[in-house]
Amino acid sequence: MLGYIVRRILATIPVVTVVAILVFLLLRLTTGDPAAIIAGDSATTQQVAEIRVKLGLERPLVEQFVIWVGRMVRGDFGESYFFKKTVAELIRDRLEPTAALAVCTILLAVVLAVPLGVLAAARRGTWVDRVVMGLSVLGFSVPVFVIGYALIYLFAVELAWLPVQGYQRLAEGFWGFLERLILPSSTLAVIYVALIARITRASVLEVLGADHVRTARAKGLGNTTVLLRHVLRNAAVPIVTVIGLGVALLIGGVVVTESVYGIPGLGRLTVDAVLARDYPTVQAVILLFSVVYVMINLLVDLTYTFLDPRIRY
Amino acid sequence: MTSIRRVAAACLTLSLLWCLAEGAPPARAETTLKVVMHSDLKIVDPIWTTAYIVRNHGYMIYDTLFSTDAKGEVKPQMVGKYDLSADKLTYTMTLRDGLLWHDGKPVTAEDCVASIKRWAQKDTMGQKMMSFVKELVVVDPKTFKIVLKEQTGLVLPALGKPSSNVPFMMPKRVADTPASEQISDFTGSGPFIFKKDEWKPGDKAVYVKNAQYKPRSEPASGLAGGKVVKVDRVEWRAISDHQTAINALLAGEIDYIEAPPHDLLPVLKKDSNVKLIDSNPLGNQYAFRYNTLAKPFDNAKVRQAVMVAFNQKDFLEAVIGDPNYYKLCKAMFPCGSPNSSTKGMDGLLDSNFEKAKALLKEGGYDGTPIVLMHSTDLAVLTNLAPVAKNLMEKAGFKVDMQSMDWQTLVARRAKKDPPAQGGWHAFLTSWVAADILNPISAGFVNASCDTAMFGWPCDKELESLRDQYARETNPAKLKAIAEAVQVRETQYPTYVWLGQWYGPVAVRKSIDGVIPAPATVFWGIEKKGS
Repeated sequence: MLGYIVRRILATIPVVTVVAILVFLLLRLTTGDPAAIIAGDSATTQQVAEIRVKLGLERPLVEQFVIWVGRMVRGDFGESYFFKKTVAELIRDRLEPTAALAVCTILLAVVLAVPLGVLAAARRGTWVDRVVMGLSVLGFSVPVFVIGYALIYLFAVELAWLPVQGYQRLAEGFWGFLERLILPSSTLAVIYVALIARITRASVLEVLGADHVRTARAKGLGNTTVLLRHVLRNAAVPIVTVIGLGVALLIGGVVVTESVYGIPGLGRLTVDAVLARDYPTVQAVILLFSVVYVMINLLVDLTYTFLDPRIRY
Repeated sequence: MTSIRRVAAACLTLSLLWCLAEGAPPARAETTLKVVMHSDLKIVDPIWTTAYIVRNHGYMIYDTLFSTDAKGEVKPQMVGKYDLSADKLTYTMTLRDGLLWHDGKPVTAEDCVASIKRWAQKDTMGQKMMSFVKELVVVDPKTFKIVLKEQTGLVLPALGKPSSNVPFMMPKRVADTPASEQISDFTGSGPFIFKKDEWKPGDKAVYVKNAQYKPRSEPASGLAGGKVVKVDRVEWRAISDHQTAINALLAGEIDYIEAPPHDLLPVLKKDSNVKLIDSNPLGNQYAFRYNTLAKPFDNAKVRQAVMVAFNQKDFLEAVIGDPNYYKLCKAMFPCGSPNSSTKGMDGLLDSNFEKAKALLKEGGYDGTPIVLMHSTDLAVLTNLAPVAKNLMEKAGFKVDMQSMDWQTLVARRAKKDPPAQGGWHAFLTSWVAADILNPISAGFVNASCDTAMFGWPCDKELESLRDQYARETNPAKLKAIAEAVQVRETQYPTYVWLGQWYGPVAVRKSIDGVIPAPATVFWGIEKKGS
């Protein structure tokens, strides 16, 4: 098992390298010039050129790449073109809001989606099933920002129960922290609930027809016990897989949700950095996202062994 | 029994203390003004960049030697007294008493001279001013001289320049930073202190009241007069989504939005807790910029055809819509400013398509498609290019409108490549009126060929007029030269001015004292009920 984990961690190196090269090239091939953006609207061509030299953007692409890789190997993400801060500092500042939003969203999604999916499967063909699946289709179809604006209008502007925007660090008080996460997490969880509920339903339905479930029922076990002890555990592997794969969905959703709710997280940082062509920041954040994604998938793979003892690495 | 008495006495004492504490006047609560600016503060050196958000940051923490008041007149700000020698070649300036940097050290003439030098390396008006300057001499800790090689009327307007780059004063150790590098020490002498430790780009920038600041005794007027701070703390919150910012204002989570989009103003007007204030009476001006290096816009007749084909109303209606927030103004220098005039504008900007077609024929236009860059992500610009395309096509142009985000446009406009190979023919933008009050500061009038702004117009006559303007000191003659510049612009167009527009600030009803000025400032503002 340990060998497997080490091999998987080593396997992230080529993945991250490919991502690094792609991100580096894509950014340079995209139109836009950070020097022109930094210089401002009234700047002359000469001023823009001076800033380009200062940022090292006049150097050949290969030279820029080698310099960047050299820094990355030393753990130096460089300095943002715009923020007068190191990229590491920027990421550290933004990590907590994004992590809090992601964790709350996943918790909320799992707590809602798994029971809904099981319920829909257990009541297959009834109105309960149709309502759950209908809501699932709706949740999957409505864009995140529309859900966000609708929730803000209802719960923050009209009812004034929750704040419209912003983020409060956990260290500054739990309720302030939580109340600012309720609407963003709910917004982001909608699509995730839809996805997990559908997969849970399909997976549970498949297991419900299995021999061991029939045996359990024949032994006289109650419906709830059968569902929780014999069905759900065997249906868990696809559910856990989709939760892991859904992290990519979550990363995309975080970008939109953080913008709508004014949360100063990594999603907002990514958008700002892309719009400003802040190459060092975009490169570092995307690399971070790719490492997180790979690690979560590793975690998912390892979880299989606990859920299904037949799986061995 | 004794212990019961002791407990009772303790309870009584505690109760009395509680009552006293309750009855005592409460400590004054800190007043925090929560603001959403037009963009996030990412760069903090107002000399390094011309971005307006950084200029506004500059007005928070730095002070200026001179400032422009509400009437457009330049008034002393940090300077207490100044005089000009009889031969009009030496300005002697003495700083007023009580000026301190945020670290408590006194502001000196040496600091000011270093600051002027750094600013003048970057700013076009500063560069022009310095071309007349023989030397800057420190006389004593509070006095310095500007010795000129020849007479110019530029010194005070340049030092009192209201918009980017503003000559903000910095300590010598900071001002000695090469102009090509960003400063990292944010010590100023202005009415607010920047809290570097609380600055989180993408989240907020925080300023606290500078308790040591000594405002001038005159009332605030424009950017001049007494900068009296009436709040303890100002937080610039980075809310990039307009709708969220509006919702936050309606919910009372923020107090002030600097630039609410025009299409959301009706929502704000309906709410009784919000008011809209015209904080920039001169407003802004739309402009259509030609690339004079690219055929057919290298031909003045073809550029004139555009000027004849356009009319301001179509543009302003398409973008602003509400006539309360725009003004038709045929003057190239903004209506309401000293150099405003309509001289030479008869028959122009009236959408006379027949005349435009005749000019195109005269100019030998061969049907080359005009690459018009269309910015799609800034609400105040998005609808301009489609209107331009429509009017130009009616005049007989072929137009290839290419849509892109503003930052792509910003990068592309710096390219001199032919339009078919990644270059461009034209784009539309907007100027803050305070930036274009005269032929020296108006960037698009600069026709100095390679050193001019993107578009690179090259015209000796325009440059000669700009030089004359720089040398002249008589206000009447200055206006006459400005008019001559405008007339020359109609013969050798470097851009087309497309009317003025205004954007109110939106504030909660509890906010008072917003000072109308060409840059957003926060002195004078009170927050009631806090």
